[in-house]
Amino acid sequence: MSGFLTGWLSVEAPVLIVVLPLIIGAICAVMPKDKIAWLLAFITTLICSALAFDLVMQTRGEQVLSYALGGWDPPFGIEYRIDGLNAPVLLLISVIGVICTLYALSSTEAEIEPKKRAPFYAAFLIGFAGLLGMVTTGDAFNVFVFLEISSIATYVLVAMGASRDRRALNSAFNYLILGSIGATFFVIGVGFLYMETGTLNMVDMADKLAVMGDVSRVSQVAFAFIVVGLGLKLAMFSLHLWLPGAYAYSPTAITAFLAATATKAALYLLFRFVFTVFDPSLEFIGATLTWLLAVLGVIGMFVASFQAIFQSDARRVLAFSSVAQVGYMLLGVGMGTALGLSAGYVHLINHGIIKGALFLALGAFWYRYGIVRVSDFKGLGKIMPWTMSAFTIAALALIGVPGTAGFVSKFQLLTAAADNGWWWAVGAIVVTSILAVIYMGRMLEAAWLQPAPEVNGKPVQKREAPLPMLVGLWTLAIAAIVFGIVPSWPVELANGAAQVMLGGGL
Amino acid sequence: MLSEILSHFNYIVVIFLMMTGLYVVFAADNLIKKLVGLSVFQTSVFLLYITMGKVSGGKPPIIEKSYDSHGDGYGEAAGKAAEVLYSNPLPHVLILTAIVVGVATLAVGLALVVRIREVYGTIEEEEIDRINYGFNIDGVDEAASGDGS
Repeated sequence: MSGFLTGWLSVEAPVLIVVLPLIIGAICAVMPKDKIAWLLAFITTLICSALAFDLVMQTRGEQVLSYALGGWDPPFGIEYRIDGLNAPVLLLISVIGVICTLYALSSTEAEIEPKKRAPFYAAFLIGFAGLLGMVTTGDAFNVFVFLEISSIATYVLVAMGASRDRRALNSAFNYLILGSIGATFFVIGVGFLYMETGTLNMVDMADKLAVMGDVSRVSQVAFAFIVVGLGLKLAMFSLHLWLPGAYAYSPTAITAFLAATATKAALYLLFRFVFTVFDPSLEFIGATLTWLLAVLGVIGMFVASFQAIFQSDARRVLAFSSVAQVGYMLLGVGMGTALGLSAGYVHLINHGIIKGALFLALGAFWYRYGIVRVSDFKGLGKIMPWTMSAFTIAALALIGVPGTAGFVSKFQLLTAAADNGWWWAVGAIVVTSILAVIYMGRMLEAAWLQPAPEVNGKPVQKREAPLPMLVGLWTLAIAAIVFGIVPSWPVELANGAAQVMLGGGL
Repeated sequence: MLSEILSHFNYIVVIFLMMTGLYVVFAADNLIKKLVGLSVFQTSVFLLYITMGKVSGGKPPIIEKSYDSHGDGYGEAAGKAAEVLYSNPLPHVLILTAIVVGVATLAVGLALVVRIREVYGTIEEEEIDRINYGFNIDGVDEAASGDGS
C-alpha cells in the first residue's frame, strides 16, 4: 500500500524524518527568541508525524522500505530500513513529540529560565532525532550512535529540571553513568557480532548468523552484552535504578516524553535484535527469553508495583509503575509466540499513550498548584475538573478497565499467557493489576472523593490547566479510549510487527 | 599456555581495563572518579575494536602510490592495492565515532558535576545522598527551587 505523500517526499521519508529534526535542532540552539525556537520545534515535530504516518501507510501489508544512505548500497553503506516493526514506533515517538512540544509552550514558562529555553528546544529536537534514528536505522553501529545522541540530549534535558528541583542534577548524573554503561555494553555486543560476521548491516548479519546456528560462542557473548545493554536502556527490572529519579525531577514535558518514548525505543531495539538479527529458535535465545526476560519481567511487575504503592511523590509512583509496565512488555516478549509478541507490542504503544497522558496531567497539577505529592491531590477533581478527568481516564486505562486501551493489551497478554500454558503469568498479571488499582486508586480517591482544601475559609479557586496543555492531554486521553473501544488499528499494526519478528528475517 | 596468553595479549588488556573501569564506576564515591572510571571503561572498548581490525602481517590501510611511475599512477596503485595485505580500516572509523561520543558524554558529565558542586557544595555521592535524604524526610519538596537556580 502506498502512502499519502507524493513524489520525493515519500521516497526520502525514511531519512528526512531523522535528518530534519537534527538540523532544525542545531538551528534552534542559536535562535535569539525562545518563541521562534518553539515554533520551529513544533513545525518540525508536525512534519515528522506526517512522515511517520506516511511510512506506516507505506509499510502496511508486509512492505519493506530500504533507503541506502548516500547512495552506498547495503550491506556496505548504512541502510535505513522501515518495516511493520518500526514504523508504528516512529509514529508513536513523533506524535508524542508534537504533543510534548505543544505542552512545553506553557510548561517551560514555569520551569526553564528564559535564556535557556531556546537551547531546551534544541536539546529536545536532537533527542527526538536520536530516538527516531535508532528506530529507523538498519545498521547495528549506527544504532549505537543514535542511541548516544538521544541519551546525551536526554541527560541535558533531565538536568534542566534543576531550576525546579535540585535533585534533577543528581538524577541526571546517575542516568548518565548508567546510560553510558548500557550503551557501551551494547557497542561491545555489536563489536563481537562484527568480529563473527564481518558486517554491520542487520539483514546481512542475520543471514550470516543463521548459517552459523548454535555453534558460535562469540555470537552468544554478543547476545548477552546486547541484552544487558538494552536492558539498562529500557529499564528492565534490576537495571531500572536510573529511572525513578530521571522521571521524577526532569521538566514535566520531558518526563512525559521520556516515559512515553525513550524506553519504548530501547524496547523496540530489543525486539529487533532478539527476533530479527538473531534466530529466536536457537536454544540459548529461547532460554534467555523464558528464564531471563519473562522471569525478570514478572519480578519487576510485582516489586515495582509494591514500590509504587509506598511512594508519597506522585511522580515516583508513576515512575515505578513504568518499571512494572515494562515488565508486562517483557513478559510478552518472553513468551516468544506470535500472540505474546503482538500483546507486548500493543502494550508498548498503549502504554506510551497512557503514561504520556498521566505525566502530562501531573505536570499540569504542578504548573497550577505546585502539587507533586499524592496527599495534595485532595479535591483536585473539583479544582481542575478537565485535567483531572483526563488523568482519570488514563489512570483507568493503566489499571486495565474494559473499554480502555490498557484493557485491550492486558487482555491480549492474558490470552497469550493462557494459550502458552503459563498460568503463573496469568495470575501475576491479575494480581499486579490489583496492585495498580491500589496505587492509582489512592490518587483518584483523594482527587474525587475528598473535599478541596480551603484557604482563609474559602475553597481553593478553580483553575484549569492552560489550553495548550489540555489539548495534548485530551488527545492522548481520547486515544486511550478510542483504542480501547475500536482496537483494530493498533492490533493490526502489532500483528504486522509480530509477523516481521517471526516471519524469518527482516 | 604462554603462547596462548601472548597471542591474546590485547584481549587480556581489554578485559583488565574494562573491569577496572567498571569497578571504579561502581566503587568510587567521588563523582569525578566515577567519570574517570567510565572513561577507562569506554576506552577499553576502543582497544577491543582496534584489535579486531588488525590483520596479521597487514599494512596500514593506505593505498600505496607507486613512486617510479610518471604521472599520477592511480590506476597502477589500485592494481597494486589488490595484492597488498591491509588491516581492516572499518573498526578504526567506527572508533573515531565512538571516541567523539565518549568525549561528548564526558563533557556533559563534567558539566553536571560542576553544577552539582555549585548546588550541593560537595561531589561526594554519600554526602549528596545524605542531603537528599534529609530533604525528603523534612518534606520540603519544592524548597529547592530557590537554591537550584
